[in-house]
Amino acid sequence: MFLSRALLKRHSVLPGFDLALGFTLFYVALIVLVPLSAAFLKTFTMTWPAFWSAVTAPRVLASYRLTFGASFAAAAVNAVFGLIVCWVLVRYEFPGRRFVDALVDLPFALPTAVAGIALTALYADNGWIGQWLPFKVSFTPLGVFMALTFIGLPFVVRTLQPVLQDLHKETEEAAATLGASRWQTFTRVIFPVVTPALVTGFALAFARALGEYGSVIFIAGNLPLISEITPLIIITKLEQYDYAGATAIAVVMLVASFAMLLAINGLQAWTRSRQGR
Amino acid sequence: MTTHGVATTEPAWVRRLLIGVALAFLALFLFVPLAAVFFEALKKGLGVYLAAISEPDALSAIKLTLIAAAISVPLNLVFGVAAAWSITKFDFRGKNLLLTLIDLPFSVSPVIAGLIFVLVFGLQGWLGEWLRDHDLKIIFALPGIVLATIFITFPFVARELIPLMQAQGIEQEEAARVLGAGGWQTFFRVTLPNVKWALLYGVILCNARAMGEFGAVSVVSGHIRGQTNTMPLHIEILYNEYQFAAAFAVASLLAGLALVTLAIKFFVERRGGVGGPAAADGVGQR
Repeated sequence: MFLSRALLKRHSVLPGFDLALGFTLFYVALIVLVPLSAAFLKTFTMTWPAFWSAVTAPRVLASYRLTFGASFAAAAVNAVFGLIVCWVLVRYEFPGRRFVDALVDLPFALPTAVAGIALTALYADNGWIGQWLPFKVSFTPLGVFMALTFIGLPFVVRTLQPVLQDLHKETEEAAATLGASRWQTFTRVIFPVVTPALVTGFALAFARALGEYGSVIFIAGNLPLISEITPLIIITKLEQYDYAGATAIAVVMLVASFAMLLAINGLQAWTRSRQGR
Repeated sequence: MTTHGVATTEPAWVRRLLIGVALAFLALFLFVPLAAVFFEALKKGLGVYLAAISEPDALSAIKLTLIAAAISVPLNLVFGVAAAWSITKFDFRGKNLLLTLIDLPFSVSPVIAGLIFVLVFGLQGWLGEWLRDHDLKIIFALPGIVLATIFITFPFVARELIPLMQAQGIEQEEAARVLGAGGWQTFFRVTLPNVKWALLYGVILCNARAMGEFGAVSVVSGHIRGQTNTMPLHIEILYNEYQFAAAFAVASLLAGLALVTLAIKFFVERRGGVGGPAAADGVGQR
């Protein structure tokens, strides 16, 4: 009764508000809010210099550069190829299209450890793909990039797909009638409409890649200063019982993730406003 | 080339080029890795494969994975339905904040998800001494694995249901109430049949993630062989011991689960259960 009186904006004939919202809030607090706040409170037990030196040690700084750099590169590659894949799936007919469309979600469903060992086997020096390449992929930053590209692949495609499907053919016809070439129609008419969704997909893939662990650690080789990602540093510190140090780095990553979450919420609002919904 | 539609499509060579580029990209990143899992699993023959998935440590990992999923998925199902019911059927203050909180676990690294439970329940954590004095084990035991799994798979059911129930509105439920149906009757006879396919997909996806979670579980499990190793952790151990065929054999079971998940999604989408206009937000797709 308390919840409905305090929060409901208007009376409803439907029952169950107190029970449903009460349980929801209890569960969110228990599973998400209390444990997450533990991370922030733990860092308050550290002095500022201790916190600062934990999060700016050379090995940690190198891991930020790798994690953010490889995540950015992977999300950028996914933005380019995701747009092509999505365009092909929405606009063209070819044998196996529905099958391919369904498989795009594979990185959502395949456990990250399975993806990790599969990619490592492929790009090892004697692997199916690795043996043909003149340069090393496994155990280098390039391997990290490959794993993060796999993980982020569905985000751009699935964010763009509904927007491309809803695109009105009439505007393209109008552009063609007015003398635009197909390329001009794409760059001046289609591209501006899909840009918000493309940027959103990029941001989603980037945010997911920042925290990724399972698919990366097998292929990365985890050489300090070279191919060591930030989540792995957290694990290493935990194994050395350096809980404060692990938590300090975790808080830096959490702040980055929350910033991404806010940016993504803003981008999704932008996408909706562009579509006139 | 027909004249119809020429103005709004590309020349045939551009179409073929784009299809080729798209398929090559997907082959490189999706199809080949997937095929590699099954190929490597069976490379040393069916005997090695069957031995790898039936040895005691593998069986105990499979059992633990099934138990963890059997506890965490139903809890997240109940939460997802309760959250979707309150968010989509009522208008209340703080709704957007609640939606953001539900999305939060998506943007937290799995490693950090494990870490926060260590900070609460670990020996040096808030409840560590109290738990030790009462002889309760959460971290490095099943409860910790379940908690980390729940955190990681927390938003899936809610995120599948919310856009669909939002789009469906509340008129049908109101009509049922006016005609004298009780609260639970309204839910089971009106709401549930309307969302059953989306609910099924949410549960299936939640289950796939629960069984496959690696990073978060890795932090809280303690890697005790035969006791606290889930399937993904067992794969890691086998792989690090250079037992590649065995590692891929266990991995192929999880890859099979992923394929079944995608097949169910394909089926559900054809029934028109998910992918409505609200899904354009990019929600429910992670």
